[in-house]
Amino acid sequence: MPVEIPKDKWPGKIRAVTLGAIAAEGGTRVKTVTVGGQASLPFMHFETLMPNKPVIAIEVKDRKPDDWSKLLEEAWGDALNDPGAWAKAAEVAGADIIMLALSVTGADGKPTTPEVAVAAVKAILGATGLPVIVNGPGQVDLDNELLVPVSEATKGERIVLGVCEDKNYRTIVATAMANGHLVTARAPMDVNLSKQLNILISDMGMPADRIIMDPTTGALGYGIEYGFSVMERLRLAALQGDAMTQQPMIVTPGFEAWKTKESKVGEGVPASWGDWKERAINWETLTAITLVESGADILVLRHPESVKRVKAAIEELVTV
Amino acid sequence: MALTGIQIYKLLPQTNCKECGFPTCLAFAMKLAAKQAELTACPYVTDNSKKQLEESSAPPIRLVTLKAAGGEVKAGNETVLFRHEKTFYNRPGIFVQVKASEGADAIKAKVSAADAYSVNYVGIDLAVDGYAVIADGGDFGAAVQAVRAVSKRPLILSGKSAADLDPVLAILAGEKPMIHGADATNWDAMADLAKKAGASLALVGDNLEALADLTEKIKGKGVEEIALDFKAPGMSQHLALSTQVRRLALKNFRALGFPIISFADGDNGRDAVFAAHAIAKYSGFIVLPRFAPELLYPLLVLRQNIYTDPQKPIQVQPGIYEINHPTAESPVLVTTNFSITYFSVANEVEGSGQPAWLVVCDAEGMSVLTAWAAGKFDAERIAKSIKEFDVASKVSKRRVVLPGHVAVLSGELEAELPDWEIKVGPREAVDIPSFMKQAL
Ligand code: B12
Ligand code: SF4
Repeated sequence: MPVEIPKDKWPGKIRAVTLGAIAAEGGTRVKTVTVGGQASLPFMHFETLMPNKPVIAIEVKDRKPDDWSKLLEEAWGDALNDPGAWAKAAEVAGADIIMLALSVTGADGKPTTPEVAVAAVKAILGATGLPVIVNGPGQVDLDNELLVPVSEATKGERIVLGVCEDKNYRTIVATAMANGHLVTARAPMDVNLSKQLNILISDMGMPADRIIMDPTTGALGYGIEYGFSVMERLRLAALQGDAMTQQPMIVTPGFEAWKTKESKVGEGVPASWGDWKERAINWETLTAITLVESGADILVLRHPESVKRVKAAIEELVTV
Repeated sequence: MALTGIQIYKLLPQTNCKECGFPTCLAFAMKLAAKQAELTACPYVTDNSKKQLEESSAPPIRLVTLKAAGGEVKAGNETVLFRHEKTFYNRPGIFVQVKASEGADAIKAKVSAADAYSVNYVGIDLAVDGYAVIADGGDFGAAVQAVRAVSKRPLILSGKSAADLDPVLAILAGEKPMIHGADATNWDAMADLAKKAGASLALVGDNLEALADLTEKIKGKGVEEIALDFKAPGMSQHLALSTQVRRLALKNFRALGFPIISFADGDNGRDAVFAAHAIAKYSGFIVLPRFAPELLYPLLVLRQNIYTDPQKPIQVQPGIYEINHPTAESPVLVTTNFSITYFSVANEVEGSGQPAWLVVCDAEGMSVLTAWAAGKFDAERIAKSIKEFDVASKVSKRRVVLPGHVAVLSGELEAELPDWEIKVGPREAVDIPSFMKQAL
């Protein structure tokens, strides 16, 4: 029986965004990473080929985190105390990008200083040739205080500065523009809010191919279905031609999954939760895979084993 | 294909007798097409027209049911490509596979463990739906008997030929299993077997044209409940085929309007990854190669999440909940009525072994921060709940603990509840037990 395969032909496509700059482009990266560029829903190779595959960023910190799971501490060992060593280990573990998430405070409890932040970024740039994302601690004043000097100290590297939100984006966008960097734009799981923030940022003069959007996600069991559907809707809007939703998407399954009790806690939990380590890795991996299926372009992960599994899955999914 | 008003009109008597309550047959046909009228309103439609109309209005993806004394699994009847368009309805059945070659003892051990498995997620008990028994050269009859000795749940019987599967059907009398493994070479005998057993039939193949031919032939033999197994070499092809079949089915291409069955396999967590992909993208039955709690729990939760109705967040009843038999001395904690939030907190308090009163505010089913951001969990609402549930009459010490994420509310809440002490708890529920020990 003849079967006519239903193929979508979309008027719009996702913007290609390149992270990192090599020496010839004014940076020091050994390689750059390009995401986006798709003209179809994820992995619909029978419609159009995907020019760039989803990639993995590994999250590192400027100092050993106080509240990370013991499983993550075991996985990274001494590297946790040294952002450069950690970034190097992350590269070995398969990262395409290093994401530095700056801490709110130093080990002494005092707010992280610009010097510490810049030193951490420099250490990472020195230790690996991969593109870098730098996120502030997530508090408006401190973000601006740290990200501006980081941006200036890395002029031309085409790093990604985050996170722009509606309540705080101007300073970050301005410094990114002045120093040739990119930004991430995060809105809370809402198509219109994502779009609006992208517009606000481009209205400042930031070229659209230097914005990556973070639609916000929840972990498996803690709201992932909202993230999944918002991403599908954003992707559909983009392909339908809505220009300001055409940014590639970055999501943080590592951060979300390792916040959950399922990943964090090994004792005093129901026996039906099974082996702790394997469960925790599944939690992170499955959160990531679900988001890959709904259109994630950059996945920020924490555990090296999850990285391995998600990478293998992406390889399978991009095989034509 | 859903019929248009004109197409329906052609099937009506065209006498305009008005008994249906509409002035003309055409007017009635238009209402039928818009699903605003029932065909039964016309007393004069012929049986033949009735049949055609019913067929055209059947759901685009056939409902397939597996049944046994210990349960029922349904897949199909889906109506959308994306869950935000409406919702996904029938959660995929999750089956654990056993192979005849494993031997009866090993099978019994595995199936009893899997059958005893139950995990609670937001107040719902989740479990394995059934088992897939594979005829791989071992004693198949003994394998099925071993499963049935320890479990009553629905079965999928998988083999290469009808002759392998036939002998065990006597063991499953009265059940509705699924027979798996029909293809171009054996479909005839497999369909006969499914018909005889009252079973559904799973068809294997990765060519949609060939599959569509076979489903028509199988339907011709009187087997209506069919599932499709693409046996795709990798996730990329599996995703493409699953999507194509879903799209075709929703366009009422009947020959492929069936649920998908997928076998997750591979080492080093690949089975978990594949099963997650199958849950997110359209499978109706998923067979896992092994039983492991740390594999099942996340998959059962994912299935629950993806199949939640996007229009209705899962909520609990607002009210005052008693945990571990609280007394007048026990502390009062407040939270929202989003199920995930409520159970995260209630489970921790319960696990701490310490008694407490948990005040669940009506935050329209939203999490703490979402509700706070949406103005559904503010000092006024919390104070209202405290008063409405008459918390003051239950405790001797007027002290209420707020979620750490909404510490900003404590000032306003003090103003709303002047004779109460407001205390800020930890941000995450995991830290509640130690907080209760130290601070309360
Ligand atoms: C899923 C989600 C949604 C879903 C709603 C889900 C729902 N039914 O609530 C949707 C997509 C609808 C949504 C909408 C919005 N959201 Co929202 N959403 C989330 C998300 C991703 C997860 C929330 C969640 O489910 N968490 C899990 C539950 C279990 O957490 P919880 O309720 O906080 O409970 C924990 C703790 O608080 C603690 N706890 C709970 N109770 C108690 C009690 C005591 C005594 C103690 C000690 C502890 C405790 O225990 C729990 C486990 O640790 C978060 C971001 C994130 N990743 O966290 C944003 C987030 C909460 N949303 C946010 C916003 C702004 C919104 C919107 C206002 C956006 C908009 N303008 O449209 C809307 C508001 C809703 C509306 N107007 O309709 C912001 C809030 C910002 C802020 N800090 O002020 C967040 C943080 C995202 C962000 N980073 O910007 N959201
Ligand atoms: S009752 Fe039937 S025949 Fe009479 S007008 Fe209505 S549709 Fe036509």
